[in-house]
Amino acid sequence: MFDLLQYSFIQNALAAAILASIACGIIGVYVVVKKIVFISGGIAHASFGGIGLGYYLGINPMLGVLPFSLVSALIMGTVSKKSKIPEDSAIGILWSLGMALGVIFVYLTPGYAPDLMTYLFGNILTVPRFDLYLMLGVDIVIVGAVYLFYKEFLSLCFDEEFTTVQGFPTEKLYLFLLCIIALTIVVLIKVVGIILVIALLTIPATLSRRFTHNLKQMMLMSIVFGTVISVAGIGLSYALDVPSGATIILVLSLVYGLVAFGMGILENRRISGDQET
Amino acid sequence: MEKVIELKDVWVRYGNQIILEAINLELKEPNGLLGIIGPNGGGKTTFLKVLLGLLKPYRGSVQLFGKSPEKSRDLVGYVPQYRNFDFDFPISVWEVVLTGRMSHTGFLRKYGEEDKKAAEEALKTVEMFQYKDRQIGQLSGGQRQRVFIARALATNPKLLLLDEPNSGLDPHMQDELYRLLDRLKREMAVIMVTHDLSAVSVYVDRIACLNRTLHYHDSREIPVEDLEATYQCPVELIAHGVPHRVLERHKGSS
Repeated sequence: MFDLLQYSFIQNALAAAILASIACGIIGVYVVVKKIVFISGGIAHASFGGIGLGYYLGINPMLGVLPFSLVSALIMGTVSKKSKIPEDSAIGILWSLGMALGVIFVYLTPGYAPDLMTYLFGNILTVPRFDLYLMLGVDIVIVGAVYLFYKEFLSLCFDEEFTTVQGFPTEKLYLFLLCIIALTIVVLIKVVGIILVIALLTIPATLSRRFTHNLKQMMLMSIVFGTVISVAGIGLSYALDVPSGATIILVLSLVYGLVAFGMGILENRRISGDQET
Repeated sequence: MEKVIELKDVWVRYGNQIILEAINLELKEPNGLLGIIGPNGGGKTTFLKVLLGLLKPYRGSVQLFGKSPEKSRDLVGYVPQYRNFDFDFPISVWEVVLTGRMSHTGFLRKYGEEDKKAAEEALKTVEMFQYKDRQIGQLSGGQRQRVFIARALATNPKLLLLDEPNSGLDPHMQDELYRLLDRLKREMAVIMVTHDLSAVSVYVDRIACLNRTLHYHDSREIPVEDLEATYQCPVELIAHGVPHRVLERHKGSS
């Protein structure tokens, strides 16, 4: 198995797994504790419109998706708070609108759209060097932003109203957080795909929440969980010759299921043990 | 001396519905407890949000300490209704109380020594300092309420606003809460909104009734007509062991 590490594509895949887990581990904690999984999913799927736009304009789809997803994050954040319809309905509409635009753009593009599927499910085994540097850059931006805004984001996620009362621009902070989420999603799309981004944002953070009540520890644990599980997923997908992205999601879900089940049993035992004594 | 609160002809609406109508209120004394009672949906929370600058009246003026609500935020402590919280949230008592310092700490700055001292003092005031490392969900309802009061106190407020602080507390915990407020009201003006009439009987210094309109007489007694106008039905109030009458005697009866 270790001779696998000599291949540069495996090295790249491992580096991508670590870098993706750092971004998702940190930002995923906010997504989970602020309960904005759905809006994050909306941003991720709507960004498909940006990919289509990139194809249509004949530019690198990554250049289409960056502005597109930032704008859709801002629109979703604003509309979901301000509109008269319920927040989840507003997100649902924008979610499907973005994807539909993507499909139309791809259809209008003459010729064949190569590797369209990788944007949905990713292919961590074919990550180019350039994308690794891009991810490294975004990781640095994320760590920097979270370091600077730690106090603000914690208060925003815990109690928005009180944050406003303290004289902080809550709405702008929220939109800023959504933009960081959009940025995270964008750089990870090609690597892990729209669908795996959501899995990496939610599952490691939900898992670490079962072990700690401290936000910083949650972030660190999520990064570790994400890294270990996605590396295991890559190994498994290589051994079984199945798609890597989907395998990582399956392993993530399986680990979460086992942990939840195991902790449930332990808890029941403790409760019944308490009752006996 | 500047007035703590001065509301002049304040009107608030959501859409087409008028929630507050021609509210006038003047509070001069820098201490004491004002209880605001009224039915659910009578605009009590809206009233507090106007004082906090979270809602803008479409008519009238709001001043706290001679300034707009936005400019007086470092003078106001706020204890919201705590049923809206996610108690599974990964945050400790200490971190919660520190957020009460944000208006002093400022944007993008880390909490300093002064902030930590204020948070510690606030936690000691509510006798919760020994729980500072607990996650917020591992506390009882009464303890949690005291933590939220500590968060408001960490601001070093001159005006403390509490929204239904007694809801969800058992009688013993309510009693403790009122005794705490009784201590706090010596150093700051306290306004407590509640729909629990018996709650206001013992500890308040002034009472107001709110149901779209505000009836306030700068005293601890409410004319029965005001109360009945507020609740829009006859109100019988039986107070237990009350050292004074909340209601004035019915006219005509003995």
